[in-house]
Amino acid sequence: MSKISMVKAINCAIDEAMAEDEGVILLGEDVAAKQGGGVFKISSGLTEKYGEHRIRATPISEQAIMGACVGAALAGFRPIAEIMLMNFVTVCMDQIVNHAAKLRFMSGGQTNVPLVIRTTTGVGVGFGGQHSDMLEAWFAHVPGLKIVTPSNPADAQGLMRSAIACNDPVIFIENILCYGMMAEAPEPGHRVPLGKAAVTREGSDCSIITYGRTVIDAVAVADQLAEEGISVEVIDLRTIAPYDEETVLASVRKTGRGVVLHEAVKAYGTGAEISARLHEALFNELKAPVQRIGGAFSAVPMANALEQAWIPSKDGIKAAVRTTMNWKK
Amino acid sequence: MTIDREKLLDIYTRTMKVARTDEKFRGLLAGGSLAVIYYTVRGQELVSAAMMAALEPSDYLVTTYRGQHDQIAKGVPLNLLFAEIAGKATGTCKGKGGSMHITHPDSGVMVTTGVVGSGLPIANGLALASQNRGDGRVTVTCFGDGATNIGAFHEAMNMAQLWKLPVIFFCQNNRYGEHTAFADHTKVESIVARAAAYGMKGVQVDGNDAEAMYTVAKEAVDRARAGDGPTLIEAMCYRMMGHFFGADFSYMPKEHLAEMAAADPLPRLRALMLDYQFTESELDAIVAGIDAEVDAAWDFAAESPLPDVSEIRKDVFEEEIAA
Repeated sequence: MSKISMVKAINCAIDEAMAEDEGVILLGEDVAAKQGGGVFKISSGLTEKYGEHRIRATPISEQAIMGACVGAALAGFRPIAEIMLMNFVTVCMDQIVNHAAKLRFMSGGQTNVPLVIRTTTGVGVGFGGQHSDMLEAWFAHVPGLKIVTPSNPADAQGLMRSAIACNDPVIFIENILCYGMMAEAPEPGHRVPLGKAAVTREGSDCSIITYGRTVIDAVAVADQLAEEGISVEVIDLRTIAPYDEETVLASVRKTGRGVVLHEAVKAYGTGAEISARLHEALFNELKAPVQRIGGAFSAVPMANALEQAWIPSKDGIKAAVRTTMNWKK
Repeated sequence: MTIDREKLLDIYTRTMKVARTDEKFRGLLAGGSLAVIYYTVRGQELVSAAMMAALEPSDYLVTTYRGQHDQIAKGVPLNLLFAEIAGKATGTCKGKGGSMHITHPDSGVMVTTGVVGSGLPIANGLALASQNRGDGRVTVTCFGDGATNIGAFHEAMNMAQLWKLPVIFFCQNNRYGEHTAFADHTKVESIVARAAAYGMKGVQVDGNDAEAMYTVAKEAVDRARAGDGPTLIEAMCYRMMGHFFGADFSYMPKEHLAEMAAADPLPRLRALMLDYQFTESELDAIVAGIDAEVDAAWDFAAESPLPDVSEIRKDVFEEEIAA
């Protein structure tokens, strides 16, 4: 069995899509061969195969990158915009929120924007306040955008293929800390459908609902709690918005307990939405209030000691599960 | 006579279609038959008509909320336009866009944006698609002088020139960015001076001179189609009314109002038509035909049904949102 990294998995998905469809193009800073195939090497080898007219290295101009991708998408292309780091999407929010997300609706369905916005982020590498944020909740609040994040290489490859094939804009969030993760390479053409969560680990006492890098932490915590006789189910949303409500509700209906976990700031995060939905739908079936775990309410600090305290810890996740287990009505 | 007589007739017809539609809308708004936000294009009819007359129907257009002249001159059917602005199910966008978001791909109108300057980067993308496909299409993006101070303008201009995209940046310099006069928002003497900063060809033209405006437009279109890259056109014109219909414009100085009235493109174009040996009766017949079309378009809109509320769940994504 050959192993593949998450970087290579994403590269393979883009490569396959570009081979199949001339309309798949990639725009971003430093992405072409001349610049080394991108800061994180996601587009390594693609310029040589598909040319500089399809792998377009851009000036440092996020509004121009995003606008050009919106325009090309309107013309029937399937562009991929690489925004080097997620904080830099703030520079081109107008194109994403006012245009990519809304043009299908505002045109009455005459036009659509089949665009993938690839972006990287992650807490834990000391990049500080402007290079680490998970901003998915901002976009989840905008009707018309889909948001995807993989927790492993096979899903990264399969979700990227589905994101490129999607006829609506998809924000594809990659976690820097997952880039080196190695796993078995999926079959060529592997696809993971959008809007479909994975039950990563089955359990019967408490459901942890999470996505991206924190899936790894949730599984580790589940393994440890199993030794104490607590059976934890881990749901990997894979698509953050619109999320797979059916799978999430079914899991919490089964366990009667839920913990929503994400790396993003806890306050006003996607965890609040999912928790609220669980209480609306399952109030009488819940054995305990749904718990939320997320980042602290500050900018992401640089110092490792602070950064590790900022990010959700395995102990914090365990404590949240125990809170649900020990709840007395 | 510097342009083809048939082409001038085409420009006149487009201009009057814009002018008579705008007048109809202002009448409906003033009379209370319609109550919507409306950005009148009075004074900018000709710049657009001459630009669009230089394009093919399949060429792309990206315009802004003050874009009705661009849309009509590019070919958006009047009945669909009236219905959209009236918020009817039969409108271009099923009533979901309105005057600020008129879209009609069959006429090449790909985006109308309500955000100043945002159309320029999008136009680059349409042009990029044409460049990669080699389909020979040209993209025109319209904006006002006010849009040249937003970052998207500079990013888009640089990228377009860098990649030699088949795009035309069509600045209709109407001397006001909302309520702020040109000299109060921009220090350089002209917008076209900025082209040099991107190594781009820039041309300033009296937009109310049909012959000059068409000639400049045609050259830019030919250049883009030949693969020689973008052009920044600065068409000098006037916004002869307030920022939106009903808005006060007493902030415009008396001298400006007088200068503006003297430059009115409609009487000037009519005089030029007579120079080109068109007769008064021929021109009157054209306008009468347009008026009949305009009236029929409003009747169509007025009689059309309202959109069904289920439309809220449609076109958010390709798949309908569950009720």
